[in-house]
Amino acid sequence: MRRERLRAEVRRVKIAVCVKRVPDTETRIKIAPDGKSIDEAGVKFVLNPYDEFAVEEALRLKERAGEGTEVTAIALGPEAAQETLRTALAMGVDRAVLLTTSRQPMDPLITARVLSAELRSGGYDLVLCGKLAIDDYNHAVGTMMGELLGAASVSGVSRLEIEGNGGRAEREVEGGIEVVEFSLPAVVTTDKGLNEPRYPSLKGIMQAKKKPLETKPVELEEETLEVLELALPPERKPGRILGEGPDAVPALIEALRNEAKVL
Amino acid sequence: MGGVLAILEQREGMLKRVSYEALTAGRRLAEAKGGRLHALAIGPATLDPSQASRFGATTIFAARDDRLRHYQPDVYAALAEDLVRRNGYDAIVLGATALGKDLGPRLAARLSCPLTADVTALAMEDGAIVVSRPVYSGKAILKLRVRAVPCVISLRPNNFYPEESPGDGKLQELAVPDVQLRTRTVQFKEPETAKLDVAEAPIVVSGGRGLKDPANFKLLEDLAAALGNAAVGASRAVVDAGWRPHSDQVGQTGKTVSPALYFAIGISGAIQHLAGMRTAGVIVAINKDKDAPIFKVADYGIVGDLFEIVPRLTEEIKKLKASE
Ligand SMILES: Cc1cc2nc3c(=O)[nH]c(=O)nc-3n(C[C@H](O)[C@H](O)[C@H](O)COP(=O)(O)OP(=O)(O)OC[C@H]3O[C@@H](n4cnc5c(N)ncnc54)[C@H](O)[C@@H]3O)c2cc1C
Ligand SMILES: Nc1ncnc2c1ncn2[C@@H]1O[C@H](COP(=O)(O)O)[C@@H](O)[C@H]1O
Repeated sequence: MRRERLRAEVRRVKIAVCVKRVPDTETRIKIAPDGKSIDEAGVKFVLNPYDEFAVEEALRLKERAGEGTEVTAIALGPEAAQETLRTALAMGVDRAVLLTTSRQPMDPLITARVLSAELRSGGYDLVLCGKLAIDDYNHAVGTMMGELLGAASVSGVSRLEIEGNGGRAEREVEGGIEVVEFSLPAVVTTDKGLNEPRYPSLKGIMQAKKKPLETKPVELEEETLEVLELALPPERKPGRILGEGPDAVPALIEALRNEAKVL
Repeated sequence: MGGVLAILEQREGMLKRVSYEALTAGRRLAEAKGGRLHALAIGPATLDPSQASRFGATTIFAARDDRLRHYQPDVYAALAEDLVRRNGYDAIVLGATALGKDLGPRLAARLSCPLTADVTALAMEDGAIVVSRPVYSGKAILKLRVRAVPCVISLRPNNFYPEESPGDGKLQELAVPDVQLRTRTVQFKEPETAKLDVAEAPIVVSGGRGLKDPANFKLLEDLAAALGNAAVGASRAVVDAGWRPHSDQVGQTGKTVSPALYFAIGISGAIQHLAGMRTAGVIVAINKDKDAPIFKVADYGIVGDLFEIVPRLTEEIKKLKASE
């Protein structure tokens, strides 16, 4: 009985997933000559790892609900972000929208505003985002969009159930887990642990080429945060190997106590 | 009016350490700008925010109600938004904790103002706020000048050392606003054994695949117990293997920690692990492979078998603590 109800109700959900093109985590970061950005030569770009959880969750909700649910992937970024969207399409997303710009804003609110405008016109019931983009580490855009859209939002979710006109989510916080109930429409940002993202199948990759990918140029607002400098982190002062095996333990205690003064 | 608002965080009615860090950073900013430091504390009826006065707050706003025992985003955001609109602060500072990472963006969106998240350094230069924040998984540091007022600033925990500075903190009670709860925290599940969280502990003892078996984490728990004030963390490899809960994972897809002292034991030091701990104060590595990348970031290292080294270390620390 309950399962049937859930199916019937999930059917009506229209889902959007926001995905960002970011440098692969393995990439060595080189600073560009301007001292304010990274040198992109030779950098491999990927779909933001946290957004993979969002895509996977959208696809699972769709699979549970059966036909009638549509999943749209949306990205703000350069033309090259088409590739990021093709990855999402290859995983199983139905259609994609690229909002083209030449730069990624520094202030996450500018990004949130542009994406929200697109989301508003699409009339989505559920928006899924990653909890953070691994390039800017802002952990902000999804939650900001919830506010801008006047929708409920939950961030950093590692368990999610959608039922009827609402949902229930769990998020890991310091010292425990918050269990949160929310109403739809909602923005949910995803954390690791929510699911295991699938790899695009060969068939998926072939089909992705034929799926609709719309591009729309957008204007960004004026930047409120000015980049003064992007620099490599200060080198940690060279460390010392204190010795081999358990006999080195007294030297370690001595160093922690009298040199580093942390014991 | 200007000035700075520090948003405080509590657990079980007690202010958390990040609150004092926010107050300290907020006070320095307020002094540099020539404004006042206000504090906002939200929590259960038993919450006592008077300590904020010792850290320089001139007014402490308190919303105390048992319905606010746990984070309720819509209420917290409404209280903070209202206060900022009434008092016109230049900056709002709060910890970049699970709460702060959720509340900060809400507030910035409501106030139409910029957010600088996970900040590790904060200063005034030529009359403008300048922040530094790690980006690209800690592989680079971004320095930004804030060109709008106000600005929401979340601070990476353990990067601002709490410093007392007496204020005359007058307490002002706030009523709980009657807002629609679109998002409701209905339950807080605590782990079976109350333990320190890796993101908050001043000392973190982390283990990786070198531990060989989940049962061997007992060695690290013993070391953490001997140290006191320590939490046990883990690499992703052992979390994925189901040896440790995800809440203990340190790194890019886990928690970002910044303790005074970090032990990496049987952890190779992959770039994604470093992303979560490279801002720790002192890093100690114990690994049998002298070429393991972890030694490149460690302040102190011991090469060898952790099964021999860790019990000895625990024993020596116990002796040291007993002699104090
Ligand atoms: C997108 C992405 C995100 C990721 N996020 C994270 C993350 O958040 N956190 C994270 O940790 N990893 C993360 N990883 C995984 C990371 O790349 C590594 O695979 C992982 O950190 C390795 O864990 P480990 O050091 O425990 O294991 P290993 O790399 O296998 O290292 C085990 C170490 O133990 C040592 N050892 C073995 N036996 C002994 C002994 N008896 N005594 C002493 N030393 C011994 C070995 O010399 C070795 O150095 C991520 C990867 C990707 C692709
Ligand atoms: N340029 C973008 N295009 C699409 N989605 C984005 C973009 N920037 C951020 N997001 C979404 O917002 C989440 C959080 O990003 P951030 O706040 O930048 O850490 C990401 O995981 C994405 O889901």
